[in-house]
Amino acid sequence: MSFFFQELVNGITTGALYSLVALGFSMVYGVLKLLNFAHGDLYMVGAYIGFFIIQFFGGAAHVGIPVPLLLAIMFVVAAGLVGGLGVAMERFAYRPLRDAPRIAPLITAIGISFFLESAALLLFGAQYRVYNTAEFISLSSGIRIGSVTIDSVQIMVLVLGLLLMTGLQLLVNRTKLGKQTRAVAADREAAEMLGINVNFVITATFFLGSALAGIAGVMGGLLFNTVTSTIGFIAGLKAFTAAVVGGIGSIPGAMLGGLVIGVAESFVTGYISSTYTNLIVFGLLIVVMLVRPSGLLGQVQLQKV
Amino acid sequence: MSIDSPGPQVGADEWVARQAHRREYLPSWLGRAQRAGERIGWWPRLALAGLAAVVLPSLGLGGFQLQVGIDAMVIALLAVGLNIVVGWAGLLDLGYVAFFGFGAYGFALLSSNQLGASGIHLPAYLSLPIVMIAAALLGLAVGLPSRRLIGDYLAIVTLFFGEAFVEFTNNVAPSKLGGPNGITGIDPIRGFTWEITSNYGYYYLLVIVLVVTMAVLRLVEYSRTGRAWRAVREDPLAAASMTIPVNRVKLAAFAAGAVVAALAGTIYAAQQASVFPTDFDTPVLILIYAGLILGGAGSIAGACVGALVVMVIYDGLLRSPTEAGYLFYGLILLTLLAKLRPWRRLAAVLAATVALGFAAHTIAQAISASAVAGGPRSGGWIADALRDWVIVPANAQTAGNWGFVVLVCMLIALVQVGSRWRTILLPPTLCLASFVWETTLVVQPSVTRQLMIGAILIVMMNARPQGLLGQRRVEALT
Repeated sequence: MSFFFQELVNGITTGALYSLVALGFSMVYGVLKLLNFAHGDLYMVGAYIGFFIIQFFGGAAHVGIPVPLLLAIMFVVAAGLVGGLGVAMERFAYRPLRDAPRIAPLITAIGISFFLESAALLLFGAQYRVYNTAEFISLSSGIRIGSVTIDSVQIMVLVLGLLLMTGLQLLVNRTKLGKQTRAVAADREAAEMLGINVNFVITATFFLGSALAGIAGVMGGLLFNTVTSTIGFIAGLKAFTAAVVGGIGSIPGAMLGGLVIGVAESFVTGYISSTYTNLIVFGLLIVVMLVRPSGLLGQVQLQKV
Repeated sequence: MSIDSPGPQVGADEWVARQAHRREYLPSWLGRAQRAGERIGWWPRLALAGLAAVVLPSLGLGGFQLQVGIDAMVIALLAVGLNIVVGWAGLLDLGYVAFFGFGAYGFALLSSNQLGASGIHLPAYLSLPIVMIAAALLGLAVGLPSRRLIGDYLAIVTLFFGEAFVEFTNNVAPSKLGGPNGITGIDPIRGFTWEITSNYGYYYLLVIVLVVTMAVLRLVEYSRTGRAWRAVREDPLAAASMTIPVNRVKLAAFAAGAVVAALAGTIYAAQQASVFPTDFDTPVLILIYAGLILGGAGSIAGACVGALVVMVIYDGLLRSPTEAGYLFYGLILLTLLAKLRPWRRLAAVLAATVALGFAAHTIAQAISASAVAGGPRSGGWIADALRDWVIVPANAQTAGNWGFVVLVCMLIALVQVGSRWRTILLPPTLCLASFVWETTLVVQPSVTRQLMIGAILIVMMNARPQGLLGQRRVEALT
């Protein structure tokens, strides 16, 4: 039974990570109806930024500043830079295509994803970069309940993830910007006619979504330790699955979807075999799409022709 | 977006007429060539192209060039098949490469020692039809969701189908499918008494297959089915009310695309004599899409030419620094010549670029000799011409990386700013581009080619979504 709970904890931690990436994905889809295939690569960029900040402050073994400060800098810088990258992406590639046929921005997104991945390969090389989390955060100082351990990085990921999701939920439901975002998501033209600055709302959405992906990238680096230019693609696919399973465009759906995918993955790895993890997760997605295309929490949308 | 586009004169009939004309023909002598080409029919053109392809190896192609030609034609065949699904039926199939893999693995299983005690070794006239029929059935199965799912949702399901295929071949039944080690020792394509063993044989086989496929598809294009595909793409509801069986038409597109992909897969597997899961992963899919988009989705010739161009650049030219250098500087020069008008502005930009480069080089040399110690990495006469112009530091890696980041930022800025600032920003951007090319890009050709593919997709979609040979579609806004 303790194995079950341990797997559950691991699954929820990974799930929180997927949720964060899926949130940005889902938000962008909400306002633009665009599947941003490049979203996973923002996660990868965030992970690299975290790595280079550790290097900048002396490397994992001899960090020159207090560790909480280091973590704070990592999260803030990654959020800012990746958010900026997301905004640039929207400005440069997606905005000119806003009224183009639906297929055009999708193919552009694939191109951006490929471009970012190879740019990372060019700039940072093909070797694995290692965070060495254990050298500056003592993993054993976590919580032990019976035989189940939740190490300190997992606690941090869970707490921070929960905070960010709550914050986002409040932002979307309680603030003016959130209201505007929901209006744009419901009907862009009508929102524009009501005097909402649609471009600003879309930019803000891209910034927030990308920043979440950047934060998730740092978390992923701390949690899984290795960074390379291809982690974005697989993380993107998982987040994608999470967003779709939860109901694409729905924020609580993305959170739930991330947890479902994380836990499912953890149980498959634990009880069946790690070789089939991805196959089963992808199969899960295809089944959900066929049975309930709107996802667990999504609304059924009638598509105008 | 052309730099000197006059902008639409809204409501002017004359403008509409000119627009239609412009849409049909390229400007200047290119347009005249286009009209001359139209006067002879499509099949003489196709036959001429095929004949040229047949003659090409006897002009002294080496083994490497021949291999590039074979790879290019495999991708061209795939692009032509993808054109059915994406270009005509308008269904975004992101799992298309799985059909390619299915064909290759199917052929591999039927003509190697993998299955049974002593293996199955079917001749090609049996194994090819089996594989193609199986692929058609698989295409129907994958296409089934298209009955319910439209647009993005279909893209998701097919993308995951493609990923699932790679996962499947990697992990399931390693004794049969070989896992990551793939299947090796595949028979060549064998008939009654003959078998194709040399690369020349596969080259000619591919030329024949490609020409025949294109001819058949050209006939299909204007058949009932072909017209129905395009009708469904433009407006499924209207098509349905014109009694077109929308779902059946979509399934037919999936099946037809799958058959072409499987055919390409069988030839690929037979030529390589081995298949691996990574051969059918996303990068190949993106390569096929890049070809299709560059040439123009919706046009058979466009898909073929686009894929050939992409593959010859990707596989052939971007391997040797000299040829890559010719391509890079040639492309920049051609773009400037085509896009910068009037000629005074062009001359000013070019002169400023040359002057800026020499000035920067002199200053850098005066500050520190090691800043220019590297010398250009491109080969040939370009290197000699650039020796005193471009700055290449002795230790170029870091500087080149920063240069690349700045270059991307400057390119983004270039698109965003107005015409005057664009003229001012162009010379430094060109100098920087040359700097980044010589320090970083030409040194890592394998990465540069991937960057190029990504850039093709982004730029083409923004600048010329109809591709080089495609026709611009006028979309009714909903």
